[in-house]
Amino acid sequence: MTLSTDWTLEELLITTITNLLAGCGHIAVGVSSPIPGSAALLRRHRDLSVGKRTRVSIIGGALPDFRTDGGVDLFDQAGQGRIDAFFLSGGQIDGKANINLVGVGNGYPRQKVRWSGSFGSAYLYFMVPKVVLFRLEHSPRTMVEAVDFISAPGVSPANVHRPGGPYALVTDLCLFHFARDRERFSLKSVHPGHSVEEVRDSTGFDFDLPDQVPLTPAPSPDTLTILRKTVAPDIADPYPKFARRVWGVSAAA
Amino acid sequence: MKDPFLPNVDQLAAEVPDGAKIVVFKAEGGTAAMAATRALIRRAVKGLHVVTAPTSGLQTDILVGAGCVATVETSGVTMGEYGQAPCFNRAVRAGTIRVIDSTCPAVYAGLQAGEKGIPFMPLRGLIGSDIVKYRDDYRIIDNPFAEDDPIVALPAIVPDIALFHVSMADRLGNVYVGRNRELLIMAHAARKTLVTYERLYDGNLLANDELAAATLSDMYVDGLAAAPQGARPYGVLGFYDDDVDQFAAYMTMARTEEGLRAYLDRFVNEAVPAVAAE
Repeated sequence: MTLSTDWTLEELLITTITNLLAGCGHIAVGVSSPIPGSAALLRRHRDLSVGKRTRVSIIGGALPDFRTDGGVDLFDQAGQGRIDAFFLSGGQIDGKANINLVGVGNGYPRQKVRWSGSFGSAYLYFMVPKVVLFRLEHSPRTMVEAVDFISAPGVSPANVHRPGGPYALVTDLCLFHFARDRERFSLKSVHPGHSVEEVRDSTGFDFDLPDQVPLTPAPSPDTLTILRKTVAPDIADPYPKFARRVWGVSAAA
Repeated sequence: MKDPFLPNVDQLAAEVPDGAKIVVFKAEGGTAAMAATRALIRRAVKGLHVVTAPTSGLQTDILVGAGCVATVETSGVTMGEYGQAPCFNRAVRAGTIRVIDSTCPAVYAGLQAGEKGIPFMPLRGLIGSDIVKYRDDYRIIDNPFAEDDPIVALPAIVPDIALFHVSMADRLGNVYVGRNRELLIMAHAARKTLVTYERLYDGNLLANDELAAATLSDMYVDGLAAAPQGARPYGVLGFYDDDVDQFAAYMTMARTEEGLRAYLDRFVNEAVPAVAAE
């Protein structure tokens, strides 16, 4: 099979997230996160090629699980600083990196739209040093000025114990970094095929905009080979539909 | 000592009184006692306070849809890859149930306080979230061992009932939990634990060192009923897979109140109770 050097949006996002994970010893991935999960596996592969063992634990996956004390273990590990990176999303994300997983509208709890709930966000966002926010729909209804319900706040007063927090936000349009001291996102790169204007029009919050905003680097041919040959069959175990759709690959036997 | 073995899931469901605070386990891995849940609906239990440890799916959604629930205390109710939980979401929007939003480690910490018999557990995080804002049972206290260090105190969660499904139990009433060690916390914290199981283990689980470490002792178990395929439509690892067609049927029918009624009539109320395997 000849591998195409054309890349997909998923491959671009995976590569972008992988670059954010440099230096992390233990990357944990929550539920419903095939792209972050693939990025963690690519990170592990790259680190292994330079002799560094990076732990990846994917909740719901059959990959070796480093936790044997049930669901509590994940949170205990985070509480002790044993997890370096985690991923969160939000039905709404605002300019202070507050995330909302509960619902849309006023009058909580009887909001006009109800989502599932906050899961572990209200804890892990505080405890994990590098939290990468990931959201595939970048639009004014998802990137809002102020969320309707704060499942987990982006920033905290100085006296609140908070070794962790937001590090970056990856969307289908661009990459933002989050400056915790300034409590603001800044636009780091725009994905090929999109523009700064498009990002601005699609974002409901104000953010820092450098004079020059580069394009997000495309995945190299070498990276594409690793993704398609090594990462794809591994991520197909917890995420069979994703692996089949993106790479036409089934789980390794 | 009362024999904890009950003839079927309907007899087990009869042990859950109206208005009980009942803790259920997340669905992944096949530990949601779905056959017993359908039996609860057949018995038309009312006013349950469902605590999800820490999340739930079809189990809570269908209980809410069937009108069995007054309160859901949860970190998340979701149908996972099948989508949003239709009945839960409808009931929250309509205000027909009370929802108490939590976060996963807070549910665990509350249950851990319960199992230790202490009034509360402190937990990091949470401060500044709307979860804390809307919970009048949480307190932000000062760490008594440090200066200027606020921390959230969570009240103990002591359920009346813990209900879950496992792969095997022995004739003494010991229950194998495997890697799902949260089940131990749930059972330790609850006043009463009700369990359904796939098959009987021939022997004493506590006499085997390898199995005993992943076993809940019968001293915590108040009722057991055999329920082969008792997690369906959820799969049980090593026994059977998710029943994808059944989930699809539910997601289609539960979109409306009328559809849900039809689903309950067809798949819950008409269902013949499973006969005990032994």
